Amino acid sequence: MTGTLLSIRGLTKAYPGVVANNDVSFDIGVGEVHALLGENGAGKSTLVKMIYGLVKPDSGEMELHHLPFAPAEPSAARAAGVAMVFQHFSLFEALNVAENIALGMENPPKMGDLAARIRAVSDLYGLPLDPDRIVGDLSAGERQRVEIIRCLLQDPKLLIMDEPTSVLTPQEVDILFETLRKLSAEGTAILYISHKLEEIRTLCDNATILRLGQVVGTCIPRDSTAREMAEMMVGSSLHVPERSSGDIGPVRLQLNNLSAASSSEFGTTLKNISLEVHTGEVLGLGGVAGNGQDELLAVLSGETLTAAGAVVLDGQPIGNMGPVARRKLGLLTAPEERLGHAAAPDMSLTENALLTGAERQDLENRGFLKWGRAKEFAEEIIARFDVRTPGPGNAARALSGGNLQKFVIGREVLQRPEVLVVNQPTWGVDAAAAASIRQALLDLAAGGAAVVVISQDLDELMEISDRFGALNEGRLSDIRTAKGLTVDEIGLMMGGAHGMEVAHV
Amino acid sequence: MDLSSINPILLLASLIVAATPLLLAAIGELVTERAGVLNLGVEGMMITGAICGFAIAVNTGSPVLGLLAAAIGGAVLSLLFAILTQFALANQVASGLALTLFGLGLSSLIGQGYQGVKPPAFPKPEIPLLSDIPVLGPIVFSHDFVVYLAFFLTLGVWAMLKYSRAGLILRAVGENHDAAHALGYKVVRIRVLAIMFGGACAGLGGAYISLIRVPQWTEGMTSGVGWIALALVVFASWKPWRVMLGAGLFGGVSVLQLNLQAAGVAIPVEYLAMSPYLITILVLVIMSADRSRAPASLGKGFHAGT
Repeated sequence: MTGTLLSIRGLTKAYPGVVANNDVSFDIGVGEVHALLGENGAGKSTLVKMIYGLVKPDSGEMELHHLPFAPAEPSAARAAGVAMVFQHFSLFEALNVAENIALGMENPPKMGDLAARIRAVSDLYGLPLDPDRIVGDLSAGERQRVEIIRCLLQDPKLLIMDEPTSVLTPQEVDILFETLRKLSAEGTAILYISHKLEEIRTLCDNATILRLGQVVGTCIPRDSTAREMAEMMVGSSLHVPERSSGDIGPVRLQLNNLSAASSSEFGTTLKNISLEVHTGEVLGLGGVAGNGQDELLAVLSGETLTAAGAVVLDGQPIGNMGPVARRKLGLLTAPEERLGHAAAPDMSLTENALLTGAERQDLENRGFLKWGRAKEFAEEIIARFDVRTPGPGNAARALSGGNLQKFVIGREVLQRPEVLVVNQPTWGVDAAAAASIRQALLDLAAGGAAVVVISQDLDELMEISDRFGALNEGRLSDIRTAKGLTVDEIGLMMGGAHGMEVAHV
Repeated sequence: MDLSSINPILLLASLIVAATPLLLAAIGELVTERAGVLNLGVEGMMITGAICGFAIAVNTGSPVLGLLAAAIGGAVLSLLFAILTQFALANQVASGLALTLFGLGLSSLIGQGYQGVKPPAFPKPEIPLLSDIPVLGPIVFSHDFVVYLAFFLTLGVWAMLKYSRAGLILRAVGENHDAAHALGYKVVRIRVLAIMFGGACAGLGGAYISLIRVPQWTEGMTSGVGWIALALVVFASWKPWRVMLGAGLFGGVSVLQLNLQAAGVAIPVEYLAMSPYLITILVLVIMSADRSRAPASLGKGFHAGT
């Protein structure tokens, strides 16, 4: 299959204070798998939103099949054969699979016929899915199948996928790639957005690299190394975190047969989790999103209370203690959701520093706040962790994701925790900042603390963990030494392929 | 005490009349809330509808024109709420409360000079044959057409939400407005329409009280029915048939306790007077113990840029 499908010429889009895309041009051929690479904030999302009709470009033009293409809204783009699988799923949890799919179609057939077609397509591509299930009850991988099938039912000419593999196990990724290769062989072009470079090397024919809204290069991924592509994305050479191998000491934190129901309706129940974390050790916990990570963090932080003996810190049962008591004893946590969970969005950085630091940093006196010391503490976090902000008086909401993440991790690290638990410490953070956060976690462990890192980024876990375990449907796998684990072994620990099969045709 | 003075047929017939304004207001609010908007201004829209309908009916001599004016009046008032919350992104709770206070004040202003006036009588067509059925006829088939309108409105709303694409889109907007926007649905437009539907229904409900149930105008005559309607929607788990059941229950117990008072039952009047509220809420709380939950975006502001 040859010929140009979509041609983009000089697309520019500016928002107040930032140029999201500046004179971006490239072509996608019929049946081509084209990668769009770039760090967070490089303008990838804005670009695909323009192709999908969600955002209007300020200038520049697009051609689809050599005809001018300027979709005013997503339905126009869909009618022209453009389909998109969103990074943050655009699904409705309270509705069932068939209703969700009908909402993304221009002229959906009757519900009964639609259910039959969903079954047929899901069978054809090896993506089993029951049209009558409520989406809120599905796993992340299954939700992605809903999105993909929604696109496939419309016979797209161009399928846009925004970070599709971040929620999948390695085995599920393999099956997804089989499906995508088959689509590409049938002539569907795929625009594939990711920052996972090895994936792009296996899957994509061509790559366009964006940095700060501009095209900074193109390459053929098969013929480039991951390092070359990474340096094009970042624009400088990368610092790899180094570890000084400290001694593994006595057990600090222990979970004994911990079981806990989730507080949210569509959450995961934790089942029989036992683990030990030692002084000077980083324990990495992997697993696909929604397999109990948030619930485990809540149990460790004290938001969810359990039997006293289920959580033991330095020999003391603490399962029935709340977060403040645990913080006093030295068990600190940093949850995944930065805005709204780790930080209060509309409060200043000083106030946010006070919220978790009051006890250990001595920022209050019999219920009265020590504003001066709190401000100093916030300033110390900003300086030590290179948080880019005009000052501690700024609202947490005003910081970019990466900067706020540095702030919330720094806030806990600087309180000299005995045990630190972090969930997704570098989610949505650019490569340089991620490296510095990982370095801080390693330094903390080397300094004698025990660190638990919950993450969906396997590369990150392999880089910093001493031992590794995976969560799957609320259960914890055996914990194994991280060094020498293969991708296949890790994938099986994460639950394998969750019943997906390779495409049948 | 003489319970034999209570005529069960009349009791059931007046139950339906008592339930109708509540059902109208609640079914409108249900549609608004399923689209993700919490409009606490139901009471204000009802009383505005009550006086608009009353004034137009008196001045034109046509109660049907009055009802139409009531629906328009309620919808226009709700448009104010829509502009505040959907375009100016004001807080929905505060705007709704303000709307109620504004509606109460506005209705007193318009209502000056209408106190003690008698509105034109509402035509009450007897349905031939059906109304002659013993027992069932007088209970079900001898009402004014608004009672049947309310019933068919409930039926229509239920069918629309369950079976139609428009209903699916409305629910989707109420469930996750960001996802609906990403799929290209006009969140704000759909919500404004839902708010106006809610306003029109509340207006009709108000006019039913001032033109048919009480036939007169007094200030604040809706006396909290709008608030009951709001509670009803929540306790009915946002389901149309449960709203109708709750409205009937409330109407029934209201009428029954009046009859009991008249019959001189030895229960203090205060307990009888609070019984409709207690019993309705109790029954609906027990029924809503299943898995149903509020639309996930209920009460949250939506702005396309964020």
